[in-house]
Amino acid sequence: MSDTATLETTAPQAKVKQITVVQALNAAIDEAMAADEGVILLGEDVAAKQGGGVFKVSSGLSEKYGEHRIRATPISEQAIMGACVGAALAGMRPIAEIMLMNFVTVAMDQIVNHAAKLRFMSGGQTNVPMVIRTTTGVGVGFGGQHSDMLEAWFAHVPGLKIVTPSNAADAKGLMRSAIECNDPVIFIENILCYGLKSDDPGADYRVPLGKAAIAREGSDVTLITYGRTVLDTLEVAETLAGEGVSVEVIDLRTIAPYDEPTVTASVRKTGRAVVLHEAVRSYGTGAEIASRLHESLFNDLKAPVQRIGGAFSAVPMASVLEQAWIPNKDEITAAIRTTLDWKR
Amino acid sequence: MSIDREKLLDIYTRTMKVARFDEKMRSLLMSGKLATIYYTMRGQELVTSAMMAALNQDDYLVTTYRGQHDQIAKGVPLDLLIAEIAGRATGTCKGKGGSMHITHPATGVMVTTGVVGSGLPIANGLALSSQNKKDGKVTVTCFGDGATNIGAFHEAMNMAQLYKLPVIFFCQNNHYGEHTAFADHTKVDSIVTRAAAYGMKGVKVDGNDAVAMYAAAKEAVDRARAGDGPTLIEAMCYRMMGHFFGADFSYMPPEHIEEMKAEDPLPKLNALMLEHQFPQAELDAIVAGLEAELEAAVEFAFASAYPDADEIRKDVFEEEIAA
Repeated sequence: MSDTATLETTAPQAKVKQITVVQALNAAIDEAMAADEGVILLGEDVAAKQGGGVFKVSSGLSEKYGEHRIRATPISEQAIMGACVGAALAGMRPIAEIMLMNFVTVAMDQIVNHAAKLRFMSGGQTNVPMVIRTTTGVGVGFGGQHSDMLEAWFAHVPGLKIVTPSNAADAKGLMRSAIECNDPVIFIENILCYGLKSDDPGADYRVPLGKAAIAREGSDVTLITYGRTVLDTLEVAETLAGEGVSVEVIDLRTIAPYDEPTVTASVRKTGRAVVLHEAVRSYGTGAEIASRLHESLFNDLKAPVQRIGGAFSAVPMASVLEQAWIPNKDEITAAIRTTLDWKR
Repeated sequence: MSIDREKLLDIYTRTMKVARFDEKMRSLLMSGKLATIYYTMRGQELVTSAMMAALNQDDYLVTTYRGQHDQIAKGVPLDLLIAEIAGRATGTCKGKGGSMHITHPATGVMVTTGVVGSGLPIANGLALSSQNKKDGKVTVTCFGDGATNIGAFHEAMNMAQLYKLPVIFFCQNNHYGEHTAFADHTKVDSIVTRAAAYGMKGVKVDGNDAVAMYAAAKEAVDRARAGDGPTLIEAMCYRMMGHFFGADFSYMPPEHIEEMKAEDPLPKLNALMLEHQFPQAELDAIVAGLEAELEAAVEFAFASAYPDADEIRKDVFEEEIAA
C-alpha cells in the first residue's frame, strides 16, 4: 500500500495480545480454578515455593488459590496419579502434572487399570474427570528417557482421551475442555512448542475435544498430523504450493478418539493421504489412521496412505543422531511425492 | 476395654451377615450353580465388621478383590452384590465389574481393585477431596500383608502423612500374601513398624478380638475426622482357606492351621456375645433373619437377566460408542 494519507487517517488497529503456549495453559488452568473449586493440580515442584513448576505452567497459581489446591508432591508418580483418581471419583476435577511423559510409565497401573476403566467397571456409577498433563519432545538432546511420545500406548486403552495442541490458542481451548471433560484426558505438551505464540483467544475460550482443525486447505493430498509436526508440515505445504501442489493439513488436536469424519472427508476429496507423527512409526497411531482410511476409502484412494514417524530406536542424545531419528521436512516432501507419483 | 452392647450387637450382625454370605457363595460354587472366581474371606469376617462399625454410611471405602466382607460390612445390599457376582444386569455394576470390581457409592464403596496395593493411592485422593471440601468424611482402604511390599503402599503412606489426610490404612494381616507366608515375603516382624518410617501413627491389634479391634478402629476414625491425620492399623487375623476358593493350601504348615482354628473369630464372637448376656436364642434369631435376607438375595440374583450385549458400548466414555 502506497497511500500514506489513508494510512494516517485509519484508526490504529487494536493490537491483539500474543500469548505463548505456557501462558495459554496457565491462563486456562487459572480460569478453570476460578470457576470451579473442584479444580486442583498435583505435581512435582508446582507451587510457589518450588518456583511454579519446572516449565512454569502453574506459575502464580498457588499464591492465588492456596497450597491445598496447587499441591506440590513428592516424586511419587503412582501416588500423584492415584490421588487424582480418588479425588476425581469424589467429584473433583484434578489435574495431575507428570513432568515428563516417560515418567508416566511408573504410574501406568493407575492410568490403565483404574482411571480408564472405573466408569465401565462400575457400570457408570462413578467416573474419573481428571487431566493428566505431561510434556515431552524430541530435539533438545534429552535422550532416551525424557523425549518419548507414548500416545499410541494410551490410544489402545478404552476409556482414555488424548489431546495435544500445536499452538497457544488451541492449548488454551483444549485445556479448558479437557478439565471440563467427564472422562480422563491425557494432555500432551511438547517442550519445543512452549514458547510458540498465538493471538490470545480471550477468556473462557474452548476447543471441543474430538474436533480436528484444517490447518491449511488443499486439494491434492491430505497430511494428517498433530502437535509440533504440524509446524513442519505447514512449511512443507507452503514450499510445495510454489510448485503447484496443494496440500491440505489436518491438525488432529485430539489424537484419540480422533475426528474420523473430518479426516475421511478430506481424504475422499484429495484421494491421497500421509500420516505423520513424532512418535516411533511402527505400531504408532499413524498405523491405525492409515488402516481406517484403507478400510473406508479403498476405492477412492489414488495411492496407498503413507506413514512417517520416528525411527525404531530409543531417542538418541547426540544432535546429529537426534536429527536423523526425527521425521524431517525432506521425508514429508518425499512421502507427499510418493502419493502424487503413484502409478496403479 | 469395654464396648457398648448396641455396638457389639451391630458388629455381631455384620459379622454373621458376612459369614452366612460366604458359606452360601461356597455352596453355590461347589454345586456348580455359580461359576466365577471367588476369594473367600473365611476367618476375616469379624476384623472388618469391627472396622466398618466405626464408620458412617457415607464414609469412603476402597478395597481389594478379597473384599466382599468389607463391602457387606460397609452396607452393600446382598441382592445387588450377589447379582453382580453372578454377572447379572441388576448387579451393582450391571454385571460389568464382578466380584473383583464392586462399586456402590450409596454405601461409600468407591473402588474395589483387582491389583494388589493400588487402592491406597486412590484412597488418598478421596481423603484429599474430603480435606478440601471439609465434608467430614473418612476414607478407609483395606489390603492384606502382601500389599505392603509394593511401591504404591510406600508412596501412598508418605503422601497421606505429608498432607495429614483423613485416611485409614487398614491392613488385614492374614499371614499370607497369595501362597507366600509372611516371614517369606517380609523381614520386619510387623507391618505396623513401617508406619514409623513415614512419621505415621501405627496400631497393631488382634483383629479377632471384637472389643480391641473396634477400639482401634474408633480411635483411628476419630483422629482422622478431627483432622489429626492418617493411621496404619495392622489387624492380625487368619485366612482360613486358600488364596481363591478351590485353591490348594497344603503349603500352610499344620501348626499354622491349628493356630488359626483356635482363633476362628466366629465361635470367639459367639462366646463374647454370651459373656455380654445376649441370649443364644436372640443371636440365633438374628442369624435366621440374615439367612432369609440372603435366600431372597440369591433368588433375586438368579432370577435377574444377563446384561444386553450393547452394554459394551456404554460407560467406556460418558458418550456411548457408536455401534
